[in-house]
Amino acid sequence: MSQQEALFTYCLRQADDLLILSHRLSEWCGHGPVLEEDIALTNRALDHIGEARNLLTYAGQVEGKGRTEDDLAFLRAERQFVNTKLVEQPNGDYAFTIVRSFLFDAYHLPLAEALTKSSDTQLAAIAGKAVKEAQYHLRHSSDWLKRFGDGTEESHRRAQAALDALWTFTGELFVQDDLHQGLVKAGIAPDLNAIKASFDATVDNVLAEATLKRPVDGFMASGGRQGKHGENMGFILAEMQYLQRAYPGAKW
Amino acid sequence: MVMLTGPITEARVRELLQNVKDPEVPAISVLELGVVRAVEVNDDKVLVTITPTYTGCPAMDVMKADIEKELHDAGIADVCVQQVLSPAWTTDWITTEGKAKLKAYGIAPPEHTTDIRALKGELPVVECPHCGSKDTGMISLFGSTACKALWKCNACLEPFDQFKCL
Repeated sequence: MSQQEALFTYCLRQADDLLILSHRLSEWCGHGPVLEEDIALTNRALDHIGEARNLLTYAGQVEGKGRTEDDLAFLRAERQFVNTKLVEQPNGDYAFTIVRSFLFDAYHLPLAEALTKSSDTQLAAIAGKAVKEAQYHLRHSSDWLKRFGDGTEESHRRAQAALDALWTFTGELFVQDDLHQGLVKAGIAPDLNAIKASFDATVDNVLAEATLKRPVDGFMASGGRQGKHGENMGFILAEMQYLQRAYPGAKW
Repeated sequence: MVMLTGPITEARVRELLQNVKDPEVPAISVLELGVVRAVEVNDDKVLVTITPTYTGCPAMDVMKADIEKELHDAGIADVCVQQVLSPAWTTDWITTEGKAKLKAYGIAPPEHTTDIRALKGELPVVECPHCGSKDTGMISLFGSTACKALWKCNACLEPFDQFKCL
Protein backbone atom coordinates (compact mmCIF):
# COMPACT_ATOMS: atom_id res chain seq x y z
CA MET A 1 0.00 0.00 0.00
CA SER A 2 1.38 3.39 -0.94
CA GLN A 3 1.54 6.19 1.61
CA GLN A 4 -1.14 8.04 -0.34
CA GLU A 5 -3.52 5.07 0.01
CA ALA A 6 -2.67 4.76 3.69
CA LEU A 7 -3.36 8.45 4.28
CA PHE A 8 -6.67 8.16 2.43
CA THR A 9 -7.76 5.29 4.69
CA TYR A 10 -6.49 7.10 7.78
CA CYS A 11 -8.61 10.14 6.95
CA LEU A 12 -11.61 7.87 6.46
CA ARG A 13 -11.07 6.15 9.80
CA GLN A 14 -11.26 9.44 11.63
CA ALA A 15 -14.02 10.86 9.46
CA ASP A 16 -16.21 7.76 9.77
CA ASP A 17 -15.95 7.72 13.58
CA LEU A 18 -17.17 11.32 13.62
CA LEU A 19 -19.81 10.89 10.93
CA ILE A 20 -21.43 7.84 12.48
CA LEU A 21 -21.31 9.24 16.03
CA SER A 22 -22.81 12.46 14.69
CA HIS A 23 -25.61 10.48 13.09
CA ARG A 24 -26.31 8.67 16.35
CA LEU A 25 -26.38 11.93 18.31
CA SER A 26 -28.67 13.54 15.76
CA GLU A 27 -31.19 10.76 16.46
CA TRP A 28 -31.77 12.50 19.80
CA CYS A 29 -33.02 15.63 18.05
CA GLY A 30 -36.47 16.29 19.47
CA HIS A 31 -36.10 13.43 21.99
CA GLY A 32 -33.63 14.89 24.49
CA PRO A 33 -34.48 14.36 28.17
CA VAL A 34 -34.50 18.13 28.71
CA LEU A 35 -34.42 20.94 26.19
CA GLU A 36 -30.86 21.99 27.06
CA GLU A 37 -29.55 18.47 26.44
CA ASP A 38 -31.50 18.15 23.21
CA ILE A 39 -29.67 21.28 22.10
CA ALA A 40 -26.35 20.08 23.51
CA LEU A 41 -26.41 16.77 21.63
CA THR A 42 -27.39 18.34 18.33
CA ASN A 43 -24.65 20.95 18.82
CA ARG A 44 -22.15 18.17 19.36
CA ALA A 45 -23.48 16.34 16.31
CA LEU A 46 -22.87 19.53 14.32
CA ASP A 47 -19.28 19.83 15.55
CA HIS A 48 -18.58 16.20 14.70
CA ILE A 49 -20.07 16.49 11.23
CA GLY A 50 -18.06 19.65 10.64
CA GLU A 51 -14.82 17.83 11.37
CA ALA A 52 -15.98 14.80 9.37
CA ARG A 53 -16.68 17.02 6.36
CA ASN A 54 -13.18 18.49 6.50
CA LEU A 55 -11.65 15.03 6.73
CA LEU A 56 -13.79 13.54 3.96
CA THR A 57 -13.03 16.46 1.66
CA TYR A 58 -9.34 15.98 2.35
CA ALA A 59 -9.62 12.20 1.87
CA GLY A 60 -11.14 12.85 -1.56
CA GLN A 61 -8.24 15.15 -2.46
CA VAL A 62 -5.66 12.64 -1.26
CA GLU A 63 -7.32 9.86 -3.25
CA GLY A 64 -7.26 12.04 -6.35
CA LYS A 65 -10.20 10.41 -8.11
CA GLY A 66 -12.50 13.40 -7.86
CA ARG A 67 -14.67 12.06 -5.05
CA THR A 68 -16.31 14.76 -2.92
CA GLU A 69 -17.24 14.66 0.77
CA ASP A 70 -20.80 13.78 -0.29
CA ASP A 71 -19.67 10.92 -2.55
CA LEU A 72 -17.68 9.45 0.33
CA ALA A 73 -20.47 9.88 2.90
CA PHE A 74 -23.43 8.79 0.84
CA LEU A 75 -22.13 6.42 -1.81
CA ARG A 76 -19.86 4.05 0.05
CA ALA A 77 -21.13 0.63 1.06
CA GLU A 78 -21.08 -0.71 4.62
CA ARG A 79 -17.85 -2.69 4.13
CA GLN A 80 -16.11 0.50 3.00
CA PHE A 81 -16.85 2.34 6.24
CA VAL A 82 -13.94 2.07 8.66
CA ASN A 83 -15.34 3.54 11.89
CA THR A 84 -14.91 1.73 15.18
CA LYS A 85 -17.82 -0.27 16.53
CA LEU A 86 -18.06 2.02 19.56
CA VAL A 87 -19.69 4.85 17.65
CA GLU A 88 -22.26 2.69 15.85
CA GLN A 89 -23.79 1.39 19.09
CA PRO A 90 -27.45 2.42 19.46
CA ASN A 91 -28.27 5.33 21.77
CA GLY A 92 -29.88 3.32 24.58
CA ASP A 93 -30.85 5.46 27.56
CA TYR A 94 -29.25 8.81 28.30
CA ALA A 95 -26.54 7.29 30.47
CA PHE A 96 -25.58 5.00 27.58
CA THR A 97 -25.38 7.91 25.14
CA ILE A 98 -23.29 9.97 27.57
CA VAL A 99 -20.89 7.11 28.35
CA ARG A 100 -20.46 6.35 24.63
CA SER A 101 -19.58 10.01 23.99
CA PHE A 102 -17.39 10.22 27.09
CA LEU A 103 -15.28 7.25 25.97
CA PHE A 104 -14.97 8.74 22.51
CA ASP A 105 -14.16 12.24 23.83
CA ALA A 106 -11.45 10.87 26.13
CA TYR A 107 -9.81 9.40 22.99
CA HIS A 108 -10.66 12.20 20.56
CA LEU A 109 -9.19 15.10 22.55
CA PRO A 110 -5.62 13.74 22.94
CA LEU A 111 -5.78 12.47 19.35
CA ALA A 112 -6.68 15.94 18.05
CA GLU A 113 -4.00 17.52 20.24
CA ALA A 114 -1.38 15.13 18.88
CA LEU A 115 -2.50 15.59 15.29
CA THR A 116 -1.91 19.35 15.50
CA LYS A 117 1.79 18.34 15.33
CA SER A 118 1.30 16.04 12.33
CA SER A 119 3.77 16.41 9.48
CA ASP A 120 0.71 16.55 7.22
CA THR A 121 -0.23 20.23 7.35
CA GLN A 122 -3.87 19.75 6.33
CA LEU A 123 -4.47 17.09 9.02
CA ALA A 124 -2.79 19.43 11.51
CA ALA A 125 -5.03 22.33 10.46
CA ILE A 126 -8.21 20.23 10.75
CA ALA A 127 -7.11 19.02 14.19
CA GLY A 128 -6.24 22.54 15.29
CA LYS A 129 -9.83 23.50 14.69
CA ALA A 130 -11.24 20.35 16.31
CA VAL A 131 -9.15 20.44 19.46
CA LYS A 132 -10.99 23.42 20.91
CA GLU A 133 -14.34 21.80 20.31
CA ALA A 134 -13.14 18.46 21.67
CA GLN A 135 -12.20 20.08 25.00
CA TYR A 136 -15.72 21.37 25.28
CA HIS A 137 -17.22 17.98 24.42
CA LEU A 138 -15.17 16.18 27.05
CA ARG A 139 -16.23 18.72 29.65
CA HIS A 140 -19.89 18.15 28.78
CA SER A 141 -19.78 14.35 28.87
CA SER A 142 -17.59 14.30 32.01
CA ASP A 143 -19.98 16.63 33.86
CA TRP A 144 -22.93 14.37 33.11
CA LEU A 145 -21.09 11.19 33.93
CA LYS A 146 -20.15 12.56 37.36
CA ARG A 147 -23.72 13.63 37.92
CA PHE A 148 -25.04 10.18 36.97
CA GLY A 149 -22.44 8.23 38.90
CA ASP A 150 -22.60 10.36 42.00
CA GLY A 151 -26.35 10.94 41.70
CA THR A 152 -29.13 8.58 42.67
CA GLU A 153 -28.92 4.83 43.01
CA GLU A 154 -30.79 4.50 39.74
CA SER A 155 -28.59 6.92 37.77
CA HIS A 156 -25.47 5.25 39.21
CA ARG A 157 -26.75 1.80 38.23
CA ARG A 158 -27.50 2.90 34.68
CA ALA A 159 -24.16 4.68 34.21
CA GLN A 160 -22.24 1.65 35.48
CA ALA A 161 -24.25 -0.68 33.24
CA ALA A 162 -23.49 1.51 30.22
CA LEU A 163 -19.80 1.57 31.08
CA ASP A 164 -19.70 -2.22 31.50
CA ALA A 165 -21.50 -2.75 28.19
CA LEU A 166 -19.42 -0.27 26.17
CA TRP A 167 -15.98 -1.08 27.57
CA THR A 168 -15.49 -3.95 25.12
CA PHE A 169 -15.56 -1.41 22.27
CA THR A 170 -12.72 0.78 23.60
CA GLY A 171 -9.87 -1.56 22.62
CA GLU A 172 -10.36 -0.96 18.92
CA LEU A 173 -9.65 2.76 19.30
CA PHE A 174 -6.01 2.02 20.08
CA VAL A 175 -5.14 -0.80 17.67
CA GLN A 176 -2.11 0.06 15.57
CA ASP A 177 -2.07 -2.05 12.42
CA ASP A 178 0.62 -1.90 9.70
CA LEU A 179 -1.13 0.97 8.00
CA HIS A 180 -1.13 3.03 11.17
CA GLN A 181 2.46 2.18 12.07
CA GLY A 182 3.60 3.29 8.62
CA LEU A 183 1.96 6.66 9.15
CA VAL A 184 3.50 6.98 12.62
CA LYS A 185 6.95 6.47 11.07
CA ALA A 186 6.18 9.20 8.54
CA GLY A 187 5.22 11.57 11.35
CA ILE A 188 1.66 11.81 10.02
CA ALA A 189 -0.23 9.86 12.69
CA PRO A 190 0.50 9.84 16.42
CA ASP A 191 1.55 6.77 18.38
CA LEU A 192 -1.70 5.47 19.86
CA ASN A 193 0.06 4.24 23.01
CA ALA A 194 0.49 7.88 24.02
CA ILE A 195 -3.16 8.57 23.25
CA LYS A 196 -4.12 5.52 25.33
CA ALA A 197 -2.14 6.86 28.32
CA SER A 198 -4.06 10.11 28.17
CA PHE A 199 -7.35 8.24 27.71
CA ASP A 200 -6.60 6.10 30.78
CA ALA A 201 -5.79 9.13 32.91
CA THR A 202 -9.00 10.93 31.90
CA VAL A 203 -11.14 7.84 32.45
CA ASP A 204 -9.60 7.14 35.85
CA ASN A 205 -10.00 10.72 37.05
CA VAL A 206 -13.58 11.13 35.93
CA LEU A 207 -14.70 7.68 37.10
CA ALA A 208 -13.16 8.31 40.53
CA GLU A 209 -15.16 11.51 40.88
CA ALA A 210 -18.24 9.79 39.52
CA THR A 211 -17.80 6.92 42.04
CA LEU A 212 -17.99 4.48 39.13
CA LYS A 213 -15.87 1.38 38.66
CA ARG A 214 -13.56 1.02 35.70
CA PRO A 215 -14.40 -2.28 34.00
CA VAL A 216 -11.66 -4.89 33.77
CA ASP A 217 -10.18 -5.27 30.28
CA GLY A 218 -11.55 -8.45 28.76
CA PHE A 219 -12.55 -9.41 25.26
CA MET A 220 -12.23 -6.39 23.00
CA ALA A 221 -14.43 -6.10 19.91
CA SER A 222 -12.67 -5.38 16.62
CA GLY A 223 -13.29 -5.37 12.89
CA GLY A 224 -14.77 -1.92 12.43
CA ARG A 225 -11.51 -0.47 11.09
CA GLN A 226 -11.54 -3.25 8.47
CA GLY A 227 -15.15 -2.56 7.49
CA LYS A 228 -16.62 -5.50 9.41
CA HIS A 229 -19.41 -3.95 11.39
CA GLY A 230 -22.16 -5.06 13.72
CA GLU A 231 -25.78 -5.48 12.74
CA ASN A 232 -26.54 -1.83 13.57
CA MET A 233 -24.42 -0.34 10.84
CA GLY A 234 -26.67 -1.28 7.94
CA PHE A 235 -29.63 0.43 9.57
CA ILE A 236 -27.64 3.61 10.11
CA LEU A 237 -26.56 3.74 6.47
CA ALA A 238 -30.04 2.84 5.22
CA GLU A 239 -31.33 5.98 6.87
CA MET A 240 -28.33 8.22 6.27
CA GLN A 241 -27.92 7.36 2.59
CA TYR A 242 -31.55 6.87 1.64
CA LEU A 243 -32.05 10.12 -0.24
CA GLN A 244 -28.91 9.85 -2.38
CA ARG A 245 -29.61 6.19 -3.12
CA ALA A 246 -33.24 6.81 -4.08
CA TYR A 247 -32.59 10.06 -5.96
CA PRO A 248 -28.96 10.00 -7.12
CA GLY A 249 -27.45 13.47 -7.34
CA ALA A 250 -30.40 15.13 -5.57
CA LYS A 251 -29.62 18.64 -4.31
CA TRP A 252 -31.45 21.26 -2.32
CA MET B 1 -26.39 49.46 -1.62
CA VAL B 2 -23.13 51.24 -2.41
CA MET B 3 -21.99 51.23 -6.02
CA LEU B 4 -18.26 51.49 -6.34
CA THR B 5 -16.83 54.12 -8.60
CA GLY B 6 -13.19 54.34 -9.40
CA PRO B 7 -10.62 51.61 -8.77
CA ILE B 8 -11.32 48.75 -6.40
CA THR B 9 -9.11 48.96 -3.32
CA GLU B 10 -8.80 46.78 -0.25
CA ALA B 11 -10.14 49.63 1.91
CA ARG B 12 -13.26 49.87 -0.22
CA VAL B 13 -13.84 46.14 -0.15
CA ARG B 14 -13.52 46.24 3.63
CA GLU B 15 -16.09 49.03 3.76
CA LEU B 16 -18.48 46.80 1.84
CA LEU B 17 -17.73 43.80 4.08
CA GLN B 18 -18.83 45.89 7.03
CA ASN B 19 -22.36 45.53 5.56
CA VAL B 20 -22.20 41.72 5.62
CA LYS B 21 -23.59 40.54 8.94
CA ASP B 22 -23.30 37.24 10.75
CA PRO B 23 -26.61 35.61 9.70
CA GLU B 24 -27.12 34.13 13.18
CA VAL B 25 -25.97 37.19 15.12
CA PRO B 26 -26.95 40.04 12.79
CA ALA B 27 -25.69 42.63 15.27
CA ILE B 28 -22.10 42.25 14.08
CA SER B 29 -20.37 42.15 10.70
CA VAL B 30 -18.07 39.45 9.38
CA LEU B 31 -15.18 41.84 9.98
CA GLU B 32 -16.13 42.41 13.61
CA LEU B 33 -16.57 38.67 14.06
CA GLY B 34 -12.97 38.24 12.94
CA VAL B 35 -13.63 35.62 10.26
CA VAL B 36 -12.19 37.71 7.41
CA ARG B 37 -8.50 36.85 7.40
CA ALA B 38 -7.41 38.60 4.22
CA VAL B 39 -8.64 40.75 1.38
CA GLU B 40 -6.58 40.78 -1.80
CA VAL B 41 -7.28 42.97 -4.78
CA ASN B 42 -5.62 42.27 -8.14
CA ASP B 43 -6.86 44.74 -10.75
CA ASP B 44 -10.57 43.94 -10.85
CA LYS B 45 -10.30 40.57 -9.08
CA VAL B 46 -11.10 40.31 -5.39
CA LEU B 47 -10.07 37.39 -3.19
CA VAL B 48 -11.57 37.24 0.29
CA THR B 49 -10.18 34.65 2.72
CA ILE B 50 -12.40 33.60 5.59
CA THR B 51 -11.98 31.07 8.39
CA PRO B 52 -14.84 29.10 9.96
CA THR B 53 -15.88 29.84 13.52
CA TYR B 54 -17.09 26.31 14.29
CA THR B 55 -16.31 23.49 11.89
CA GLY B 56 -19.94 22.55 11.43
CA CYS B 57 -21.40 26.04 11.61
CA PRO B 58 -24.08 26.26 8.90
CA ALA B 59 -23.72 30.05 8.87
CA MET B 60 -20.37 29.79 7.06
CA ASP B 61 -21.96 28.93 3.70
CA VAL B 62 -24.42 31.79 4.14
CA MET B 63 -21.60 34.23 4.98
CA LYS B 64 -19.72 33.16 1.87
CA ALA B 65 -22.80 33.72 -0.30
CA ASP B 66 -23.57 37.04 1.41
CA ILE B 67 -20.02 38.31 0.84
CA GLU B 68 -20.23 37.38 -2.84
CA LYS B 69 -23.61 39.08 -3.19
CA GLU B 70 -22.53 42.28 -1.43
CA LEU B 71 -19.48 42.64 -3.67
CA HIS B 72 -21.36 41.69 -6.84
CA ASP B 73 -24.08 44.22 -6.03
CA ALA B 74 -21.42 46.90 -5.67
CA GLY B 75 -20.30 46.16 -9.20
CA ILE B 76 -17.36 43.84 -8.54
CA ALA B 77 -17.85 40.95 -10.95
CA ASP B 78 -14.82 38.80 -10.19
CA VAL B 79 -15.12 37.69 -6.56
CA CYS B 80 -13.65 34.59 -4.97
CA VAL B 81 -14.27 33.67 -1.33
CA GLN B 82 -11.97 30.96 -0.05
CA GLN B 83 -12.01 29.18 3.30
CA VAL B 84 -8.87 28.37 5.28
CA LEU B 85 -8.73 26.36 8.50
CA SER B 86 -5.38 27.46 9.85
CA PRO B 87 -4.75 29.36 12.01
CA ALA B 88 -7.94 28.31 13.76
CA TRP B 89 -10.41 31.06 14.55
CA THR B 90 -10.54 32.25 18.13
CA THR B 91 -13.04 34.50 19.91
CA ASP B 92 -10.06 36.79 20.62
CA TRP B 93 -10.43 37.91 17.01
CA ILE B 94 -13.84 39.44 17.69
CA THR B 95 -13.08 43.15 17.66
CA THR B 96 -13.68 45.43 20.64
CA GLU B 97 -16.54 47.10 18.73
CA GLY B 98 -17.88 43.64 17.91
CA LYS B 99 -17.90 42.68 21.60
CA ALA B 100 -19.67 45.92 22.53
CA LYS B 101 -22.29 45.29 19.85
CA LEU B 102 -22.83 41.72 21.04
CA LYS B 103 -23.49 42.99 24.54
CA ALA B 104 -25.91 45.66 23.31
CA TYR B 105 -27.67 42.91 21.34
CA GLY B 106 -28.17 40.89 24.56
CA ILE B 107 -25.35 38.38 24.15
CA ALA B 108 -22.60 38.29 26.76
CA PRO B 109 -19.31 38.56 24.84
CA PRO B 110 -16.58 35.93 25.35
CA GLU B 111 -13.81 36.51 27.86
CA HIS B 112 -10.24 36.55 26.56
CA THR B 113 -8.79 33.05 26.01
CA THR B 114 -5.76 33.96 28.12
CA ASP B 115 -8.05 34.70 31.07
CA ILE B 116 -6.61 32.47 33.79
CA ARG B 117 -10.04 30.95 34.48
CA ALA B 118 -10.45 29.97 30.82
CA LEU B 119 -7.00 28.39 30.83
CA LYS B 120 -7.85 26.35 33.89
CA GLY B 121 -11.18 25.31 32.42
CA GLU B 122 -13.11 27.13 35.13
CA LEU B 123 -16.28 29.07 34.58
CA PRO B 124 -15.74 32.75 33.82
CA VAL B 125 -17.49 35.57 35.64
CA VAL B 126 -20.07 36.64 33.10
CA GLU B 127 -21.83 39.95 33.33
CA CYS B 128 -25.55 39.90 32.56
CA PRO B 129 -25.97 41.81 29.27
CA HIS B 130 -29.39 43.02 30.45
CA CYS B 131 -28.78 44.43 33.94
CA GLY B 132 -25.01 44.28 34.33
CA SER B 133 -25.07 42.04 37.41
CA LYS B 134 -22.21 39.61 37.92
CA ASP B 135 -24.46 37.28 39.90
CA THR B 136 -25.02 34.85 37.00
CA GLY B 137 -24.85 31.12 36.43
CA MET B 138 -24.53 28.74 33.51
CA ILE B 139 -27.59 26.66 32.62
CA SER B 140 -26.09 24.70 29.76
CA LEU B 141 -22.74 24.45 27.99
CA PHE B 142 -24.58 24.58 24.67
CA GLY B 143 -26.97 27.25 23.44
CA SER B 144 -29.08 28.27 20.47
CA THR B 145 -26.16 28.14 18.03
CA ALA B 146 -22.79 26.37 17.92
CA CYS B 147 -21.02 29.47 19.26
CA LYS B 148 -23.15 30.13 22.34
CA ALA B 149 -23.84 28.78 25.85
CA LEU B 150 -26.98 29.37 27.88
CA TRP B 151 -26.78 31.44 31.09
CA LYS B 152 -29.19 33.04 33.51
CA CYS B 153 -29.00 36.12 35.68
CA ASN B 154 -29.81 35.66 39.37
CA ALA B 155 -30.43 39.39 39.80
CA CYS B 156 -32.88 40.21 37.02
CA LEU B 157 -33.83 36.55 36.49
CA GLU B 158 -33.50 36.83 32.70
CA PRO B 159 -31.85 34.03 30.71
CA PHE B 160 -29.23 35.10 28.17
CA ASP B 161 -26.80 33.73 25.61
CA GLN B 162 -23.08 33.85 26.19
CA PHE B 163 -20.63 33.73 23.28
CA LYS B 164 -18.44 30.73 24.18
CA CYS B 165 -14.78 31.46 24.66
CA LEU B 166 -12.85 29.50 22.02
